Amino acid sequence: MRIRTEAIERHTLSVTVDNEAGILARIAGMFTARGYNIESLTVADVTEDESVSRITIVTSGSSHVLEQIIAQLDRLVPVHKVLDLTAHGPHVERELALVKVAGAGEHRIEALRLADVYRARVVDATTGSFVFEVTGGSDKIDTFVGLMREVGLVEVARTGIVAITRGRDPA
Amino acid sequence: MTRERSGADILVEALTDLGVEVIFGYPGGAVLPIYDALFKQKRIRHVLVRHEQGAAHAAEGYARATGKPGVVLVTSGPGATNAVTGITDALMDSIPIVVLTGQVPTTLIGTDAFQEADTIGITRHVTKHNYLVRDPAKLGDVIHEAFYIATAGRPGPVVVDIPKDVQVASAPYRKPGVIEHKTYRPRLKADAAEIEAIVDMLAAAERPILYTGGGIINAGPGASQLLRELARISGAPVTSTLMGLGALPASSPQWLGMLGMHGTYEANMAMHGCDLMLCLGARFDDRVTGRLDAFSPGSRKIHVDIDRSSINKNVRVDLAVVGDVGLVLEDMVRVWKARQHPKPDLAAWWKRIEGWRAKKSLAFPASKQEIMPQQAIRALWRATHALNPIITTEVGQHQMWAAQHFGFEAPNKWLTSGGLGTMGYGLPAAIGAQVGNPNALVIDIAGEASIQMNIQELGTATQYRLPVKLFILNNEYMGMVRQWQDLTYGGRYSESYSESLPDFVKLAEAYGWTGLRIEKPAELEDGIARMLETDGPVLVDCRVAKLANCFPMIPSGAAHTEMLLDQAEVSGEMGDEAKALV
Repeated sequence: MRIRTEAIERHTLSVTVDNEAGILARIAGMFTARGYNIESLTVADVTEDESVSRITIVTSGSSHVLEQIIAQLDRLVPVHKVLDLTAHGPHVERELALVKVAGAGEHRIEALRLADVYRARVVDATTGSFVFEVTGGSDKIDTFVGLMREVGLVEVARTGIVAITRGRDPA
Repeated sequence: MTRERSGADILVEALTDLGVEVIFGYPGGAVLPIYDALFKQKRIRHVLVRHEQGAAHAAEGYARATGKPGVVLVTSGPGATNAVTGITDALMDSIPIVVLTGQVPTTLIGTDAFQEADTIGITRHVTKHNYLVRDPAKLGDVIHEAFYIATAGRPGPVVVDIPKDVQVASAPYRKPGVIEHKTYRPRLKADAAEIEAIVDMLAAAERPILYTGGGIINAGPGASQLLRELARISGAPVTSTLMGLGALPASSPQWLGMLGMHGTYEANMAMHGCDLMLCLGARFDDRVTGRLDAFSPGSRKIHVDIDRSSINKNVRVDLAVVGDVGLVLEDMVRVWKARQHPKPDLAAWWKRIEGWRAKKSLAFPASKQEIMPQQAIRALWRATHALNPIITTEVGQHQMWAAQHFGFEAPNKWLTSGGLGTMGYGLPAAIGAQVGNPNALVIDIAGEASIQMNIQELGTATQYRLPVKLFILNNEYMGMVRQWQDLTYGGRYSESYSESLPDFVKLAEAYGWTGLRIEKPAELEDGIARMLETDGPVLVDCRVAKLANCFPMIPSGAAHTEMLLDQAEVSGEMGDEAKALV
């Protein structure tokens, strides 16, 4: 027998939740229990009194699965709101990466040149290494990390995507 | 200033304020302060079960039969883990229960203390919501919120985990006002435009069908009344899921019987052939739809559900309406009447349905030597239906035969484990139903295998003098497993024979019950009469045909039109596609 598959889309969801103990486990567990994908997930409190957190989830699935994911998130008791930013329209997505590169001579110079092109900042340096901080969309960071591989990449730390709608009003 | 009192006293006070009359529970180290607080008061009754799973099912039975939330109290660790099956059962069938679990003191959480389990972690995905209360000052509000969550919107189980030091520490308590929950506010009323659209579609349909589910029962008895009214004014045929039986009386000429895997031929064929399907409080479960790509291909579908995530989950619908099915029915009936719609002419549709009905899909072979299980259920119905009994079941063939052959006339009279399919549900559920309805006739229709999963609850019925009747269809097999082995695995009965059965009559007597045995068809009616005239709890060991299978049946993954009507159509082996389905 064969297991059937459907066309996959990638969506960024912005979920505002009550900042209570276990909320992340509740959301992550819902994804695993129902067999949904999480490509990236970020969370931090976003209100002055630290009572509400924004969770940004990048997920993928068929349009039918994405509709279910949103409905399943929405019915969790501590969830205030679920917004599908990809479906909503204009929004900004950013990710931050810290990229450690070690090397000497031409490789070291090339790493600095590339960092300049990608507007990565040097946040740590030794005579044999740099740590770059680079911000942007995931594609840009993927490309930058790929280039650094050729000039002495040691390791990478990435935040995962955060996103917000464009324009004046809250979503 | 509000007087301070212990967490345990706050809990009891809050439960009293919430109108809780009974708790199903089992004591242990981490709930001793709560048990002491219960000892010192007289307003809340405690029913001591024999196993925590029984407590959860009893609370479910109480909730389903009374419409009020059921309450469970168990200790930490094994107390909580034993309750997990019952909690999951309540989640799958949308039954409102609040489960209070003891926990080790906050200072010991995370240290692998004696009888510590991560109850919140374990129950997170089998509850509608759960809470760990670390501050006694918040306990009262959490308890009130827990009842709100359990009962509002789509009902379900809520766990409140209370560490022992929180039960002992003092704090003030004040009864909160009406709960305005900051995030959980389910939509109850549908838009006027949505109601108009449903009425338009129903009035225009040539071959409509009302497909109803447990949501109608959850929406309260008024919703069942409104369904009857809608059926009357629209003339549409009505079928229902396992969970929705009783919403429309089985004696109604518009009743087609249950649909789905073991539903009637007419119900499934009407679902397949309809041009408009109005789904009211059901969820297009795989047991209902059969093979999805062949499910009712020519119909427009409307789905009314209080839970948005149920809509478009398995079957895409043309009109999705989120709302309380009782309120939607009320609006629909009002709009229909305001428009003065004449009753649609569905004569041609009914003629086709009568043709399907003429197949008599629930017919079963007669036997003079053996009691046919279907015959036993029908005899039980004849002897008891005038008494408006509450029927519970375990899970398996007996459950399906009960659903097929016992006609339900009213809601809240049929208590069964539908979604999770929990063997061992019926006896504790019957106990809970009897506690909530002391004067009702409560019968658990059981199988000899299922009943052994919570047989210890016989003692609970004895202790509280609950006159529960337990009617075991004993065929010496895990019958549904054996049936699938007949259908799919060439009759290789791997581990499905109920070996080493106890003498159920002696077992009943050992627990202080009356035990009866019925062995021959000629004894059936007298045996049932004796069960009914005997005071107190009675167990009946009804020996039935050992190899009878439950028909009609849509095999897993087959279409509604591919029903098997009797044993002769059963082939011996199925392909891997079928074997991989549940």
